[in-house]
Amino acid sequence: MAINRREALKSMVLMMGGTMIGANVILTGCAPEDRIEGLEFSEEDIAYMDEIGETIIPTTDTPGAKEAGVGSFMVVMVKETYNQEQQETFVNGLNSLKKNFKSEIGVAFMDASHEQRLNYLNSLNEELRSGDSENGPKYISMLKDLTVLGYFTSEIGATQALRYVETPGKYDGCMDYKKGDRAFAL
Amino acid sequence: MANQEYDAIVVGSGISGGWAAKELTEKGLKVLMLERGQNVEHVKDYKTATQAPWETNYRGRRSIEMIENHPVLRRDYVLNELNVDWWAQESESPYVEKKPFNWFRGYQVGGRSLLWGRQSYRIGDIDFEANLKEGIAVDWPIRYKDLAPWYSYVEKFAGISGSRDGLAQLPDGDFQPAMEMNCVEKDVAERVKNHFEGKRVITMGRVANITQPLEGRTNCQYRNKCWLGCPFGAYFSTQSSTLPAAMKTGNLTLRPWSIVTRVLYDKDAQKATGVEVLDAETNETIEYNAKIIFLCASAFNSTAILMRSATDVWEGGLGSSSGELGHNVMDHHFRAGANGMVDGYDDKYYFGRRPNGIYIPRFQNIDGDKRDYLRGFGYQGAASRSGWSREIAELNFGAPLKEALSEPGPWSMGITAFGEILPYHENTIKLSKDTKDKWGMEVLEMDAEIKENELKMRKDMMDDAAEMLEAAGLRNVNTYDAGYTFGQGIHEMGTARMGRDPKTSVLNGNNQVWDAKNVFVTDGACMTSAAAQNPSLTYMALTARAVDFAVKELNRRNL
Repeated sequence: MAINRREALKSMVLMMGGTMIGANVILTGCAPEDRIEGLEFSEEDIAYMDEIGETIIPTTDTPGAKEAGVGSFMVVMVKETYNQEQQETFVNGLNSLKKNFKSEIGVAFMDASHEQRLNYLNSLNEELRSGDSENGPKYISMLKDLTVLGYFTSEIGATQALRYVETPGKYDGCMDYKKGDRAFAL
Repeated sequence: MANQEYDAIVVGSGISGGWAAKELTEKGLKVLMLERGQNVEHVKDYKTATQAPWETNYRGRRSIEMIENHPVLRRDYVLNELNVDWWAQESESPYVEKKPFNWFRGYQVGGRSLLWGRQSYRIGDIDFEANLKEGIAVDWPIRYKDLAPWYSYVEKFAGISGSRDGLAQLPDGDFQPAMEMNCVEKDVAERVKNHFEGKRVITMGRVANITQPLEGRTNCQYRNKCWLGCPFGAYFSTQSSTLPAAMKTGNLTLRPWSIVTRVLYDKDAQKATGVEVLDAETNETIEYNAKIIFLCASAFNSTAILMRSATDVWEGGLGSSSGELGHNVMDHHFRAGANGMVDGYDDKYYFGRRPNGIYIPRFQNIDGDKRDYLRGFGYQGAASRSGWSREIAELNFGAPLKEALSEPGPWSMGITAFGEILPYHENTIKLSKDTKDKWGMEVLEMDAEIKENELKMRKDMMDDAAEMLEAAGLRNVNTYDAGYTFGQGIHEMGTARMGRDPKTSVLNGNNQVWDAKNVFVTDGACMTSAAAQNPSLTYMALTARAVDFAVKELNRRNL
């Protein structure tokens, strides 16, 4: 198992007598280019994931993925349901998205407009769809998957974007439907 | 310990055990019901039943920890964060797979009655007579007429909703009004009926969800969360139905955390005197005595108890004198069928989450239909509109994706077959010599496989499905065989079969162990053949019938 810098530093601190005083200061100071290290997502990282989610499912006449808390949801899912390889793909993807976005668009993802973000993520999605999936940016499909799942199962998504009826009480197998009517949650 | 004498002991508290307890207590017997796992109280312990999706951790997915801790449960849908405590934990209760075998068990009060699929079908004379006519295994010692009144009896109490279709291969019952097909299912049913001139029928699933209230129970609210326990008591479970009835008599003692290690056998009297219990929490050993024992511990566990009993008389245990104890393991093989897209109906949708689908009764090898294998299969299925989790590859991120996924997707329909597995003597379970569970008990070793008859059938399970869906006008019809592992149907049957001769069967026609007349086995272990129908309703009827017999015999002083 590859051990990352942060973990290496922590275990070194432990070996040197168990004191962790000052360790977090050292760690924060040493993270280059604001990269996500391991699975220690900061508030800034969560805000970054919220904005990615909001780009995929934006606020329209109903709230979008950010208000539904998709960033925090992604953290739980990546930490607890992804295997190590998937975790690495996801975190490396977030880091390369951040780096490449800035070098290609000329502005940091967090400072860019919704259109800039949307066009960029759509171009990556297009690359994934058309290219061979071996080399395509797999993390894009992870971001889409977690955003869609997190949003439509959130209280906002289920009750506002969809129709949530906890206890239907009856079954109507042939109700009328017109285009634009929302789907039922669950 | 006080009061260790009972009139009857029921081992297991699932579908069969619950029925045994209800019937025995209502006939005035003092009954001890033993359950190896934890207590689960009706409604109070249905902790996740009213959780919204956003209140769950993984929104229907699985954590790495769940997957690592459940090497067996993870093989199928059963591993779910919302009811993982209701499936037997394989770390505590392992088993040995000589051949691949999925054994999904429910070790708690209510057993798998809390978790079951609730499809409830009678088996008819086509099934009862098949072994005799075809020279397979041994003949069932009973016929449909012996069980029909008991089917009616249990249907009325359990509450089975369904339609009466007048089919010989799927006898009608005493049903509550059927649930409703959606408009696509109705039209597909009509087209299939016309195309096959009535020889293939699509009916509404007959299901143990009530559509009219029963005592203490509300009719189905269409939430489709049955397997989390129903706060409305709308489906049949021990907790919703048989346990309250048994408790009401004042004659029932329920003891959770009670692993029955063996039936105590008096070789002079040639009868059981009680059971030995290992307390799962304290490891204390306790003996309970009774005049009658009902083994309803789930098919393989009832047989395991027999194998551990009276070994000083028969090396292979009580019932082994037949040479059939542990043999003839059965299940239903499934996961083969077809699906397709339905054009039109864009202006139709459905309200409510129906915990049930359509059913296509067996049509093979009956009414002049002849196949190159014996027996047959039925289908379960449904038509629906896809939801937000569908893939829309062509849509870009942003508002278009959000709007599209907020609307229902296109209609599709799928059907999957459930096929009969023949009772093969060489499909066995036995006690393992070297693997023990948490309590030091020898565990079961599974050695079963499907053979040529089932493999041939699987081809038709796909092809016939496609034929019907295409006849009904579906598009992009696609057949599949997703593979089947023995046990996966969770319809464990056989290993202590009923028969007419003590030399070739473990139980007689009243579910009595030939070698110990006051011991009855009425769960899936007793099945002489599997039929293609979901089997639980048959266990209910056999149990009620066996209790009636047992109590009459007791009163005649024959037990």
